[in-house]
Amino acid sequence: MEKEKLKDIIQSMISDVEILTDKQFLEVTVRTDQVLKMAELLKNSSETSFDYLFCESAVDFNDHFMMVYHLDSTKFRHQIVLKTKIADRENPVVDSVCAVWIGAEYHEREIFDLFGIRFNNHPDLRKIFLDNDWVGFPLRKDYTDPINIVER
Amino acid sequence: MAEEIISGQLEEQEFSINMGPQHPSTHGVLRMVLKLKGETVKEVKPQLGYIHRGIEKMTEKLTYPQIIHLTDRLDYLSAHILNEAVCLTVENAIEVEVPERVKYIRTIMDELNRIASHQLWWCAFGMDLGALTSFFYGLRDREKILDIFEESCGARLLVSYNVPGGLMNDIHPNFQKRVKEFITYFRKKLPEYDALLTGNPIMQERTKGVGMLTKEQAIAYGVTGPSGRGSGFSCDVRKHQPYSAYSKVDFKEILYPEGDTFARYKVRIDEMWESMKIIEQLIDNIPEGDYTAKMKAVIKLPVGEYYQRVEAARGEFGVYVVSDGNKTPYRMKFRSPNFSNLSAINLMASGQKIADLVAIGGSMDFVIPDMDR
Amino acid sequence: MKFNIYDFSSFTSSFDQLLMENFSPFWAVAIEMVLIGIAILAFYAIVGLYLVYAERKICAFMQCRVGPNRVGPYGFFQTIADLIKLLMKELIPIKNADKLLFNIAPFIVIIASFMAIAAIPFAKGLHAVDFNIGIFYIMAVSSIGVVGILIAGWSSNNKYSLIGAMRSGAQIVSYELSVGLSLVTIVILAGSLQLSTIVEGQRDGWFIFTGHIPAIIAFLVFLVAATAETNRGPFDLAEAESELTAGFHTEYSGIKFAFFFLAEYMNMFIVASIAATIFLGGWMPFHVGGWEAFNHIMDFIPPFLWYIGKTAFVIFIMMWFKWTFPRLRIDQLLTLEWKYLLPINLVNILIMAFVVLTGWHF
Repeated sequence: MEKEKLKDIIQSMISDVEILTDKQFLEVTVRTDQVLKMAELLKNSSETSFDYLFCESAVDFNDHFMMVYHLDSTKFRHQIVLKTKIADRENPVVDSVCAVWIGAEYHEREIFDLFGIRFNNHPDLRKIFLDNDWVGFPLRKDYTDPINIVER
Repeated sequence: MAEEIISGQLEEQEFSINMGPQHPSTHGVLRMVLKLKGETVKEVKPQLGYIHRGIEKMTEKLTYPQIIHLTDRLDYLSAHILNEAVCLTVENAIEVEVPERVKYIRTIMDELNRIASHQLWWCAFGMDLGALTSFFYGLRDREKILDIFEESCGARLLVSYNVPGGLMNDIHPNFQKRVKEFITYFRKKLPEYDALLTGNPIMQERTKGVGMLTKEQAIAYGVTGPSGRGSGFSCDVRKHQPYSAYSKVDFKEILYPEGDTFARYKVRIDEMWESMKIIEQLIDNIPEGDYTAKMKAVIKLPVGEYYQRVEAARGEFGVYVVSDGNKTPYRMKFRSPNFSNLSAINLMASGQKIADLVAIGGSMDFVIPDMDR
Repeated sequence: MKFNIYDFSSFTSSFDQLLMENFSPFWAVAIEMVLIGIAILAFYAIVGLYLVYAERKICAFMQCRVGPNRVGPYGFFQTIADLIKLLMKELIPIKNADKLLFNIAPFIVIIASFMAIAAIPFAKGLHAVDFNIGIFYIMAVSSIGVVGILIAGWSSNNKYSLIGAMRSGAQIVSYELSVGLSLVTIVILAGSLQLSTIVEGQRDGWFIFTGHIPAIIAFLVFLVAATAETNRGPFDLAEAESELTAGFHTEYSGIKFAFFFLAEYMNMFIVASIAATIFLGGWMPFHVGGWEAFNHIMDFIPPFLWYIGKTAFVIFIMMWFKWTFPRLRIDQLLTLEWKYLLPINLVNILIMAFVVLTGWHF
């Protein structure tokens, strides 16, 4: 489905979104508290039918986090990027989308482990790669580790 | 300890056991904590992180040509395909057109890599099930592909042959002859694999109906590659988002709807046939030309985000780059196929026996460094 | 002393006479027992070592490689080198393991197979003990081995060993039924449990040919069941390397592990000997009833060589199984026994009884 048509459909689902059409995929940015609702609508609506979450990641811009969800539809074969900005760096929290796409479980554990973003209603939120007693979140930009990271 | 990780209380007759990081059949450092009742597996909890090297953090300090060498070490059995993923991301971002010759050679090397990876999978799968002879037959044939790689790329396994803009060096003059010899040889040997394992009633009983994964579950968990196609999930990136020379070749996407271990097994065997078909269509028609496009000495991606999907031997591999205009990426994320494939193992293995868990793990074909990055 | 390669009974009786003349009867018998014990021990050790070598070479050739070829000509002394290495290894004591049982277990397994060798006829007159209930004795004695395996798994204080031992115990106990019943089929044909009578009865043709259909079915069932009895081939999940890292003998090291290893190969030798004796004629050359000239030619090859050849043939088939087929899961294995082999066996016994009563055999 072309980006313009998708943009109209998504605009009609939730009004408070920002949609950009000039990037590689259609980019939809929602408010943090509407992520779960947007995810459900995108998956369950028969016009969009985004049933395949192929990548979930987080990016650390120095004053906020950005959660990025790359979605694909096996029916229509169109892709979009769903983004949400988490402004609170001290205590970043967002809803988990495991109820919509169960494959997000491992991705969210990884983001919790490496960024420190907590997910509400996650079935099993615990560290996945690092030891349980690791202090700090390595993928954040302000992470320093004098022993393991060598700054040139 | 194993007991702390198992969720819930252990009922009577249940016990927890560690299929520890060192185990002959987990193919890498994967620790699985099992909750068993007699021989039946009630719950599987994989513990990752034994080979976590922080590759995503490292990429933030390396230039793009340097990052190619890191991607080798992710899914090392599809090293060429993963190198190509990063190169394609960079080439699409700076909008440089690679020569046709490069596209053809990359596709041929991809498919050779895929065959080599599936050969190693076949040997290890047979060995897990107990047919120890299959290990040697698969490796004997794989040596021929590794010799071809060594001649042209300089390395057998971790090739690093792609650079942004093209290839590091042109192919060896013997390349076409050797590849054609290999195809003729392997076409005779592949039916031997079928005769040894596929038709064997013991093997069929061990794998049919074991480790069921329906199509909806595969889509929900993000299980791609031959494991997903064995459940009927049509996810081949080479068909849906073609790259390199894949739009020019004619090949089938292998789908089997049953969703059990035997279906996943058959998908990989049939994929080896399809890969040979692709190579045959390309090997005689490699166009003349440069082996690399003109690139600047220092590669800087424009500000923005870029995503490239490729079909690695185990599933869909993705490279997500957030660039702020410098010569190193601001954030680079690798979408690893094995990571998503592993998330489905609790669903597939619960209720089966331990021997089935080994067969399921073998059919999903895990490579642990790709999970841990 | 007469030494006739075709009939050892002349040698043994003249040796016995020599001893009786020089010593009192008690000491003569005692010396004979000690000599036979040493001979069987030596035979056991040498055959065990060289079976391991044969397996490694055969499996190597099936896998497109060469196998041991450094130590000695064609790697002939490889197992001796391995034996010396195992003898010098540290015996790792296990914390919290039941020490008495842990140490006894390998010996029980060895004793069981050792006792079974005593009853097998190697050539005419070369027979340690000729019981009149020969087959029954062999069945009874080889069942002692399973006790050793269960004790080994339990006393290792290791969950994996316990799982392996339990699986193995269930498997061996189930398949003993099939082994016994297939042997009973031939007992019906031969009319006696005594092994020398059974071998003599094959003078006019081996039982597998004279007993035609029921004997062939019994042979096939015996092959499958015997492979399962000895934890070999497609039935080796008790020691499946890729699942439970060596199962019931995980915690054993050094000479104790060597005992388990040796006992497994000797068990294979014993069941192959039993198959050769009962189905393929033991030391009896290949005769066809009625073709006297042919039988005379066959008689030129000494019986000892016939016996070795037949046993080697059955051993080769068992090794072939192991390196070709994948492993069966425990529930599939038990299903095979209880739902398929046992009914086939029972029906086969009826057919054989019918064939013997009506005389429809050669």
